[in-house]
Amino acid sequence: MSALLIRDLRLALRAGGGFGLGLAFFLILAVLVPLGVGPEPDTLSRIAPGILWVGALLACLLSLDRIFALDFEDGSLDLLATAPLPLEAVVSIKALAHWITTGLPLVLLSPVLGLLLFLPAEAYLWLILSLMLGTPALSVIGAFGAALTVGLKRGGLLLSLLVLPLYIPTLIFGAEVVSRGAQGLSVATPLALLAGITAGAVALLPFASALVLRINLR
Amino acid sequence: MMLRIHDLSCARGGLPVLEGVSFTLEPGMAMILRGPNGCGKTTLLRTIAGLQPARAGVIEAPADSIAYSAHADGIKATLSVTENLAFWAAVHGQTGTGDAVAQMNLASLASRQAQNLSAGQKRRLGLARLLVTGRPIWVLDEPTVSLDTDSVVLFAQLVTLHLERGGMALIATHIDLGLPEAQVFDLRPHKARLPEPGAGGFDEAFL
Repeated sequence: MSALLIRDLRLALRAGGGFGLGLAFFLILAVLVPLGVGPEPDTLSRIAPGILWVGALLACLLSLDRIFALDFEDGSLDLLATAPLPLEAVVSIKALAHWITTGLPLVLLSPVLGLLLFLPAEAYLWLILSLMLGTPALSVIGAFGAALTVGLKRGGLLLSLLVLPLYIPTLIFGAEVVSRGAQGLSVATPLALLAGITAGAVALLPFASALVLRINLR
Repeated sequence: MMLRIHDLSCARGGLPVLEGVSFTLEPGMAMILRGPNGCGKTTLLRTIAGLQPARAGVIEAPADSIAYSAHADGIKATLSVTENLAFWAAVHGQTGTGDAVAQMNLASLASRQAQNLSAGQKRRLGLARLLVTGRPIWVLDEPTVSLDTDSVVLFAQLVTLHLERGGMALIATHIDLGLPEAQVFDLRPHKARLPEPGAGGFDEAFL
């Protein structure tokens, strides 16, 4: 299993692997919003939690179709399905690799972008914590969407349409954690719900994704 | 350790293509599947490899014993030859790639990225993957596509060696591989009869 993780990370980091695509998108969004909205710190600090969460979500969405499509095209997915690894493990590892190359860099970059958007100082901890808890769900749900659309040519549009509604709870609770944190209110409820969504998605969705992959490989 | 197919029937895109396929492979045996394009060779091999369910019939094989190789070789363009092989070896729980690189005449290309290989060299890398899986039953779908004559001979030697070690091979191919001991299985008599239009179909839902 570690071999698959190492291979996926290596592929992402080599030329053309798509590492940095989501990160660059996140950066561009956070730089453009102050230019579009105007430089007033009050306005920016009010919308910063939402912008940062929407940015992270869309950045995640950008690289989803690569999770299985590349392996499907070059036949690796067929061979992985006949390998001794259970397909559920393959799905989980690939979602983990996606999170390490997309979600984790977003978490690490977010405080810097919070600075650009005048995010209040007390919200930084909650921004990092909410993204840390929420982005794994984005990767796992995204892997499920990628499994559903794996055999389709240009399945990107369908993938986005399928996955976006599933992302909404994570987005709502994630942004809520940050904006409540910015106002100095208690964040316990949205944080617990965010963690619950992630735990549920990580526990259940790999089974659904593996089932869907088996059907799509027929 | 053997592969037993009994009265197998398989479908492609919901339509039956083959039925009543029965044969047995024992250690040291090779079987060549023959038939015109579209007769269901790939479908049969995918069914045996477990990638799609059979419509009817029995496939008996020990668990995790089949190494499948198809038209696509499962090669990552930005990994080197050695890295590609080492990955498949690790996935199959094997330590190291052994002499697979040398056996498929890839030694001089070992550190080259797969995207810089020719089509035939990629195919040889795809076939070298079979050696690192350590599995006894090879299920191969047109393994000699884009190989030159020397490489076809090399491949035939590889299969012969695999058979001598007690392995088995099921190969769909159109060319003569030079494996005199291999049995030939013609799929033409096993073509499935298509269901008659209207019979048991759409209309019955409304009656």
